[in-house]
Amino acid sequence: MISYSLAPHRRNLLWSAFLLHRVSGVCLALFLPLHFWVLSQALHNPAALEGFLEWTDLWYVKLGEYILVFLLGAHFFGGLRLMAFEALPWSNRQKTFAASAFALSFILATLFLFSAVQYG
Amino acid sequence: MFVEPNTIKVQIKRGSNQSSFTQEFEVPEQDNQTVLDLVTYIQEYIDPTVSYRFACRVGMCGSCGMMVNGEPRWTCRTHVKKVLGSSKAIEVGPLGNLPVIKDLVVDMDPFFDKWIAVGGVHHPSKNRHQSIEKIDESSAERVFANEAVECINCGVCYAACDVVSANNDYFGPAALNRAWSLVNDVKTENKEAILDAVSGNSGCHNCHSQQNCSNYCPNELNPSASIASLKRKVFASKIKNLLGSAK
Repeated sequence: MISYSLAPHRRNLLWSAFLLHRVSGVCLALFLPLHFWVLSQALHNPAALEGFLEWTDLWYVKLGEYILVFLLGAHFFGGLRLMAFEALPWSNRQKTFAASAFALSFILATLFLFSAVQYG
Repeated sequence: MFVEPNTIKVQIKRGSNQSSFTQEFEVPEQDNQTVLDLVTYIQEYIDPTVSYRFACRVGMCGSCGMMVNGEPRWTCRTHVKKVLGSSKAIEVGPLGNLPVIKDLVVDMDPFFDKWIAVGGVHHPSKNRHQSIEKIDESSAERVFANEAVECINCGVCYAACDVVSANNDYFGPAALNRAWSLVNDVKTENKEAILDAVSGNSGCHNCHSQQNCSNYCPNELNPSASIASLKRKVFASKIKNLLGSAK
Protein backbone atom coordinates (compact mmCIF):
# COMPACT_ATOMS: atom_id res chain seq x y z
CA MET A 1 0.00 0.00 0.00
CA ILE A 2 1.42 3.39 -0.95
CA SER A 3 1.03 6.08 1.71
CA TYR A 4 0.96 9.71 0.61
CA SER A 5 2.34 11.64 3.58
CA LEU A 6 1.79 15.40 3.56
CA ALA A 7 -0.61 14.78 0.74
CA PRO A 8 -2.30 17.72 -1.00
CA HIS A 9 -5.67 16.69 0.44
CA ARG A 10 -4.40 17.91 3.80
CA ARG A 11 -4.22 21.46 2.49
CA ASN A 12 -7.79 21.83 3.61
CA LEU A 13 -9.10 24.17 6.29
CA LEU A 14 -11.19 21.44 7.90
CA TRP A 15 -8.16 19.14 8.10
CA SER A 16 -6.29 21.96 9.87
CA ALA A 17 -9.30 22.40 12.19
CA PHE A 18 -9.10 18.68 13.01
CA LEU A 19 -5.37 18.97 13.72
CA LEU A 20 -5.83 22.04 15.94
CA HIS A 21 -8.59 20.29 17.90
CA ARG A 22 -6.43 17.20 18.42
CA VAL A 23 -3.25 19.11 19.37
CA SER A 24 -5.13 21.48 21.71
CA GLY A 25 -6.84 18.50 23.34
CA VAL A 26 -3.53 16.72 23.97
CA CYS A 27 -1.92 19.91 25.31
CA LEU A 28 -4.84 20.55 27.67
CA ALA A 29 -4.76 16.95 28.87
CA LEU A 30 -1.09 17.39 29.72
CA PHE A 31 -1.68 20.79 31.34
CA LEU A 32 -4.66 19.95 33.56
CA PRO A 33 -2.86 17.61 36.02
CA LEU A 34 -0.17 20.29 36.45
CA HIS A 35 -2.87 22.92 36.96
CA PHE A 36 -4.59 20.90 39.70
CA TRP A 37 -1.27 20.09 41.33
CA VAL A 38 -0.45 23.82 41.55
CA LEU A 39 -3.90 24.54 43.01
CA SER A 40 -3.38 21.77 45.59
CA GLN A 41 -0.38 23.71 46.91
CA ALA A 42 -2.89 26.16 48.45
CA LEU A 43 -3.73 23.42 50.93
CA HIS A 44 -0.34 21.75 51.34
CA ASN A 45 2.27 24.47 50.83
CA PRO A 46 0.87 28.03 50.57
CA ALA A 47 4.36 29.58 50.48
CA ALA A 48 5.27 27.54 47.40
CA LEU A 49 2.03 28.64 45.74
CA GLU A 50 2.84 32.32 46.45
CA GLY A 51 6.27 31.84 44.89
CA PHE A 52 4.70 30.23 41.82
CA LEU A 53 2.15 33.04 41.43
CA GLU A 54 4.96 35.61 41.44
CA TRP A 55 6.63 33.57 38.71
CA THR A 56 3.51 34.04 36.56
CA ASP A 57 4.24 37.79 36.45
CA LEU A 58 7.14 37.13 34.08
CA TRP A 59 6.40 38.16 30.48
CA TYR A 60 7.23 34.81 28.95
CA VAL A 61 4.98 33.00 31.39
CA LYS A 62 2.17 35.38 30.38
CA LEU A 63 2.93 34.53 26.76
CA GLY A 64 2.66 30.85 27.67
CA GLU A 65 -0.69 31.55 29.33
CA TYR A 66 -1.80 33.37 26.18
CA ILE A 67 -1.05 30.25 24.14
CA LEU A 68 -2.79 28.12 26.73
CA VAL A 69 -5.95 30.26 26.67
CA PHE A 70 -5.88 30.15 22.87
CA LEU A 71 -5.69 26.33 22.95
CA LEU A 72 -8.49 26.23 25.53
CA GLY A 73 -10.63 28.48 23.32
CA ALA A 74 -9.78 26.47 20.21
CA HIS A 75 -10.78 23.22 21.91
CA PHE A 76 -13.95 24.76 23.41
CA PHE A 77 -15.24 26.49 20.27
CA GLY A 78 -13.97 23.68 18.03
CA GLY A 79 -15.81 21.20 20.25
CA LEU A 80 -19.02 23.24 19.98
CA ARG A 81 -18.57 23.24 16.20
CA LEU A 82 -18.20 19.47 16.13
CA MET A 83 -21.20 18.92 18.39
CA ALA A 84 -23.27 21.17 16.13
CA PHE A 85 -21.94 19.27 13.09
CA GLU A 86 -23.05 15.95 14.54
CA ALA A 87 -26.27 16.98 16.30
CA LEU A 88 -27.84 19.55 13.95
CA PRO A 89 -29.01 19.22 10.35
CA TRP A 90 -26.31 19.59 7.69
CA SER A 91 -25.10 23.05 6.77
CA ASN A 92 -22.83 23.94 3.85
CA ARG A 93 -21.04 26.55 5.97
CA GLN A 94 -18.62 24.10 7.62
CA LYS A 95 -15.51 26.10 6.72
CA THR A 96 -17.12 29.30 8.00
CA PHE A 97 -17.87 27.61 11.32
CA ALA A 98 -14.28 26.34 11.62
CA ALA A 99 -12.85 29.77 10.77
CA SER A 100 -15.23 31.39 13.27
CA ALA A 101 -14.12 29.00 16.02
CA PHE A 102 -10.50 29.94 15.28
CA ALA A 103 -11.32 33.68 15.29
CA LEU A 104 -13.23 33.46 18.59
CA SER A 105 -10.31 31.58 20.20
CA PHE A 106 -7.92 34.26 19.01
CA ILE A 107 -10.15 37.06 20.34
CA LEU A 108 -10.57 35.27 23.68
CA ALA A 109 -6.81 34.77 24.08
CA THR A 110 -6.05 38.36 23.08
CA LEU A 111 -8.58 39.74 25.57
CA PHE A 112 -6.95 37.56 28.23
CA LEU A 113 -3.51 38.90 27.33
CA PHE A 114 -4.67 42.54 27.53
CA SER A 115 -6.29 41.82 30.87
CA ALA A 116 -3.17 40.02 32.17
CA VAL A 117 -0.88 42.89 31.12
CA GLN A 118 -3.17 45.59 32.52
CA TYR A 119 -4.17 43.96 35.82
CA GLY A 120 -1.16 41.72 36.41
CA MET B 1 6.69 21.39 -42.43
CA PHE B 2 6.27 18.78 -39.69
CA VAL B 3 6.23 20.26 -36.18
CA GLU B 4 7.13 18.06 -33.24
CA PRO B 5 4.22 18.10 -30.79
CA ASN B 6 4.78 19.24 -27.21
CA THR B 7 5.15 16.38 -24.82
CA ILE B 8 4.01 15.73 -21.27
CA LYS B 9 6.20 13.88 -18.80
CA VAL B 10 4.12 11.19 -17.11
CA GLN B 11 5.66 9.57 -14.04
CA ILE B 12 3.90 6.32 -13.24
CA LYS B 13 4.31 4.53 -9.94
CA ARG B 14 4.78 0.92 -10.91
CA GLY B 15 5.22 -2.38 -9.14
CA SER B 16 3.29 -3.65 -6.14
CA ASN B 17 3.22 -3.24 -2.38
CA GLN B 18 6.40 -5.28 -2.04
CA SER B 19 8.53 -3.34 -4.51
CA SER B 20 7.65 -0.19 -6.36
CA PHE B 21 9.48 2.25 -8.60
CA THR B 22 8.66 5.31 -10.67
CA GLN B 23 9.00 5.21 -14.44
CA GLU B 24 8.84 8.28 -16.65
CA PHE B 25 7.22 8.37 -20.08
CA GLU B 26 6.79 11.15 -22.63
CA VAL B 27 3.37 11.47 -24.20
CA PRO B 28 2.38 13.89 -27.00
CA GLU B 29 0.22 16.74 -25.72
CA GLN B 30 -3.17 17.27 -27.31
CA ASP B 31 -5.79 19.98 -27.00
CA ASN B 32 -8.31 17.73 -25.29
CA GLN B 33 -6.80 14.96 -23.25
CA THR B 34 -7.68 13.22 -20.00
CA VAL B 35 -5.27 11.59 -17.57
CA LEU B 36 -6.72 8.23 -18.60
CA ASP B 37 -5.81 9.10 -22.23
CA LEU B 38 -2.18 9.56 -21.14
CA VAL B 39 -2.04 6.16 -19.45
CA THR B 40 -3.81 4.52 -22.38
CA TYR B 41 -1.31 6.06 -24.83
CA ILE B 42 1.60 4.72 -22.78
CA GLN B 43 0.09 1.24 -22.61
CA GLU B 44 -0.79 1.14 -26.32
CA TYR B 45 2.29 2.80 -27.86
CA ILE B 46 5.20 2.75 -25.40
CA ASP B 47 5.02 -0.02 -22.80
CA PRO B 48 2.30 -2.67 -23.03
CA THR B 49 3.24 -4.05 -19.61
CA VAL B 50 1.78 -1.00 -17.80
CA SER B 51 -1.29 -2.25 -15.94
CA TYR B 52 -4.30 -0.07 -15.20
CA ARG B 53 -8.05 -0.44 -14.98
CA PHE B 54 -10.87 1.31 -16.81
CA ALA B 55 -14.16 0.47 -18.48
CA CYS B 56 -16.67 3.12 -19.52
CA ARG B 57 -14.42 6.20 -19.98
CA VAL B 58 -17.38 8.52 -19.30
CA GLY B 59 -17.55 8.69 -15.48
CA MET B 60 -20.20 6.01 -15.03
CA CYS B 61 -18.39 2.86 -13.89
CA GLY B 62 -15.97 4.13 -11.26
CA SER B 63 -13.11 1.82 -12.21
CA CYS B 64 -10.41 4.31 -13.28
CA GLY B 65 -9.68 5.94 -9.92
CA MET B 66 -5.97 6.80 -9.48
CA MET B 67 -3.78 9.22 -7.57
CA VAL B 68 -2.90 12.16 -9.81
CA ASN B 69 -0.19 14.40 -8.35
CA GLY B 70 -0.98 12.85 -4.97
CA GLU B 71 -4.72 13.49 -5.14
CA PRO B 72 -7.37 10.83 -5.78
CA ARG B 73 -9.31 11.42 -8.99
CA TRP B 74 -11.45 9.66 -11.59
CA THR B 75 -8.97 9.81 -14.44
CA CYS B 76 -11.44 9.50 -17.32
CA ARG B 77 -13.01 12.85 -16.41
CA THR B 78 -9.85 14.61 -15.26
CA HIS B 79 -8.57 16.82 -18.02
CA VAL B 80 -4.81 17.07 -18.25
CA LYS B 81 -4.99 20.89 -18.40
CA LYS B 82 -6.63 20.88 -14.96
CA VAL B 83 -3.73 19.08 -13.28
CA LEU B 84 -0.74 19.96 -15.48
CA GLY B 85 1.58 22.50 -13.89
CA SER B 86 4.21 24.62 -15.59
CA SER B 87 6.67 21.72 -15.29
CA LYS B 88 4.61 19.79 -17.87
CA ALA B 89 4.81 16.70 -15.65
CA ILE B 90 2.12 14.57 -14.06
CA GLU B 91 2.57 11.88 -11.44
CA VAL B 92 0.10 9.02 -11.63
CA GLY B 93 -0.12 6.32 -8.96
CA PRO B 94 -2.50 3.67 -7.69
CA LEU B 95 -5.38 4.74 -5.44
CA GLY B 96 -4.26 5.25 -1.86
CA ASN B 97 -5.41 3.17 1.14
CA LEU B 98 -5.83 0.00 -0.96
CA PRO B 99 -3.39 -2.88 -1.61
CA VAL B 100 -1.68 -2.59 -4.99
CA ILE B 101 -1.96 -5.61 -7.28
CA LYS B 102 0.29 -4.21 -10.01
CA ASP B 103 1.17 -0.70 -11.19
CA LEU B 104 -2.07 1.32 -11.19
CA VAL B 105 -4.37 -1.59 -10.36
CA VAL B 106 -5.50 -1.83 -6.75
CA ASP B 107 -7.31 -4.62 -4.98
CA MET B 108 -10.84 -3.31 -4.35
CA ASP B 109 -11.77 -6.28 -2.12
CA PRO B 110 -11.24 -4.44 1.21
CA PHE B 111 -13.38 -1.58 -0.11
CA PHE B 112 -16.29 -3.81 -1.10
CA ASP B 113 -15.92 -6.11 1.94
CA LYS B 114 -16.63 -3.05 4.08
CA TRP B 115 -19.51 -2.07 1.82
CA ILE B 116 -21.03 -5.50 2.57
CA ALA B 117 -20.13 -5.32 6.29
CA VAL B 118 -22.33 -2.25 6.80
CA GLY B 119 -25.26 -4.17 5.30
CA GLY B 120 -24.77 -2.69 1.84
CA VAL B 121 -26.28 -5.67 0.04
CA HIS B 122 -29.98 -5.05 -0.62
CA HIS B 123 -32.27 -6.77 1.89
CA PRO B 124 -35.77 -6.30 0.46
CA SER B 125 -38.72 -5.64 2.75
CA LYS B 126 -41.10 -7.50 0.37
CA ASN B 127 -40.87 -10.82 -1.40
CA ARG B 128 -41.75 -11.44 -5.06
CA HIS B 129 -45.34 -12.38 -4.22
CA GLN B 130 -46.09 -9.09 -2.54
CA SER B 131 -46.83 -5.81 -4.26
CA ILE B 132 -43.84 -3.52 -4.58
CA GLU B 133 -43.29 -0.90 -1.89
CA LYS B 134 -44.67 2.51 -2.88
CA ILE B 135 -42.08 5.27 -2.74
CA ASP B 136 -43.09 8.78 -1.79
CA GLU B 137 -40.53 10.89 -3.68
CA SER B 138 -41.31 13.95 -1.56
CA SER B 139 -40.73 12.26 1.82
CA ALA B 140 -37.75 13.46 3.84
CA GLU B 141 -36.29 9.93 3.92
CA ARG B 142 -36.42 9.63 0.15
CA VAL B 143 -34.78 13.02 -0.34
CA PHE B 144 -31.92 11.86 1.92
CA ALA B 145 -31.65 8.53 0.10
CA ASN B 146 -31.63 10.22 -3.31
CA GLU B 147 -28.76 12.48 -2.28
CA ALA B 148 -26.58 9.50 -1.34
CA VAL B 149 -27.66 6.98 -3.94
CA GLU B 150 -25.62 8.26 -6.91
CA CYS B 151 -22.33 6.76 -5.62
CA ILE B 152 -20.43 4.85 -8.33
CA ASN B 153 -18.01 3.19 -5.84
CA CYS B 154 -14.91 4.56 -7.51
CA GLY B 155 -12.99 4.54 -4.20
CA VAL B 156 -11.83 8.16 -4.53
CA CYS B 157 -13.34 9.15 -1.15
CA TYR B 158 -11.80 6.05 0.45
CA ALA B 159 -8.37 7.02 -0.88
CA ALA B 160 -8.81 10.61 0.35
CA CYS B 161 -9.77 9.59 3.89
CA ASP B 162 -7.05 10.02 6.51
CA VAL B 163 -9.06 7.99 9.03
CA VAL B 164 -8.87 4.98 6.71
CA SER B 165 -5.11 5.61 6.41
CA ALA B 166 -4.77 5.55 10.20
CA ASN B 167 -7.28 2.78 10.94
CA ASN B 168 -7.54 0.08 8.31
CA ASP B 169 -10.66 -1.35 9.95
CA TYR B 170 -12.69 1.84 9.47
CA PHE B 171 -15.51 1.27 6.98
CA GLY B 172 -14.77 4.50 5.14
CA PRO B 173 -16.99 7.12 3.50
CA ALA B 174 -18.42 5.11 0.59
CA ALA B 175 -19.69 2.20 2.71
CA LEU B 176 -21.19 4.55 5.29
CA ASN B 177 -22.77 6.65 2.56
CA ARG B 178 -24.35 3.45 1.24
CA ALA B 179 -25.61 2.65 4.75
CA TRP B 180 -27.20 6.09 5.00
CA SER B 181 -29.03 5.62 1.69
CA LEU B 182 -30.34 2.24 2.91
CA VAL B 183 -31.62 3.39 6.31
CA ASN B 184 -33.70 5.95 4.43
CA ASP B 185 -34.99 3.46 1.87
CA VAL B 186 -38.51 2.12 2.47
CA LYS B 187 -37.60 -0.99 0.45
CA THR B 188 -34.93 -2.02 2.97
CA GLU B 189 -35.72 -4.48 5.74
CA ASN B 190 -34.21 -4.49 9.24
CA LYS B 191 -32.64 -1.05 9.33
CA GLU B 192 -31.71 -1.63 12.97
CA ALA B 193 -29.13 -4.19 11.78
CA ILE B 194 -27.53 -1.52 9.58
CA LEU B 195 -27.49 0.96 12.46
CA ASP B 196 -25.89 -1.70 14.70
CA ALA B 197 -23.23 -2.36 12.04
CA VAL B 198 -22.36 1.31 11.52
CA SER B 199 -22.19 2.03 15.26
CA GLY B 200 -19.55 -0.65 15.92
CA ASN B 201 -15.80 -0.19 16.36
CA SER B 202 -15.23 0.24 12.62
CA GLY B 203 -18.23 2.48 12.14
CA CYS B 204 -19.30 6.07 11.69
CA HIS B 205 -18.04 7.32 15.06
CA ASN B 206 -14.45 7.00 13.82
CA CYS B 207 -15.04 9.88 11.39
CA HIS B 208 -13.10 13.04 12.32
CA SER B 209 -15.14 15.28 10.00
CA GLN B 210 -12.14 16.34 7.91
CA GLN B 211 -14.52 16.15 4.94
CA ASN B 212 -11.95 15.21 2.32
CA CYS B 213 -14.43 12.59 1.08
CA SER B 214 -16.87 15.33 0.15
CA ASN B 215 -14.12 17.54 -1.27
CA TYR B 216 -12.92 14.83 -3.63
CA CYS B 217 -16.13 13.00 -4.56
CA PRO B 218 -16.18 13.25 -8.37
CA ASN B 219 -19.98 13.00 -8.38
CA GLU B 220 -20.18 15.87 -5.88
CA LEU B 221 -21.91 13.73 -3.28
CA ASN B 222 -21.52 14.52 0.40
CA PRO B 223 -20.47 11.36 2.32
CA SER B 224 -19.46 13.59 5.22
CA ALA B 225 -23.07 14.73 5.65
CA SER B 226 -24.23 11.10 5.34
CA ILE B 227 -21.86 10.03 8.12
CA ALA B 228 -22.90 12.92 10.40
CA SER B 229 -26.54 12.02 9.73
CA LEU B 230 -25.82 8.37 10.54
CA LYS B 231 -24.36 9.45 13.88
CA ARG B 232 -27.58 11.33 14.67
CA LYS B 233 -29.71 8.37 13.58
CA VAL B 234 -27.67 5.93 15.68
CA PHE B 235 -27.94 8.23 18.71
CA ALA B 236 -31.73 8.58 18.31
CA SER B 237 -32.07 4.82 17.86
CA LYS B 238 -30.01 4.03 20.99
CA ILE B 239 -32.01 6.52 23.09
CA LYS B 240 -35.26 5.05 21.77
CA ASN B 241 -34.12 1.51 22.63
CA LEU B 242 -32.96 2.65 26.05
CA LEU B 243 -36.31 4.29 26.83
CA GLY B 244 -38.13 1.25 25.43
CA SER B 245 -36.21 -1.18 27.63
CA ALA B 246 -36.75 1.04 30.71
CA LYS B 247 -40.54 0.75 30.39
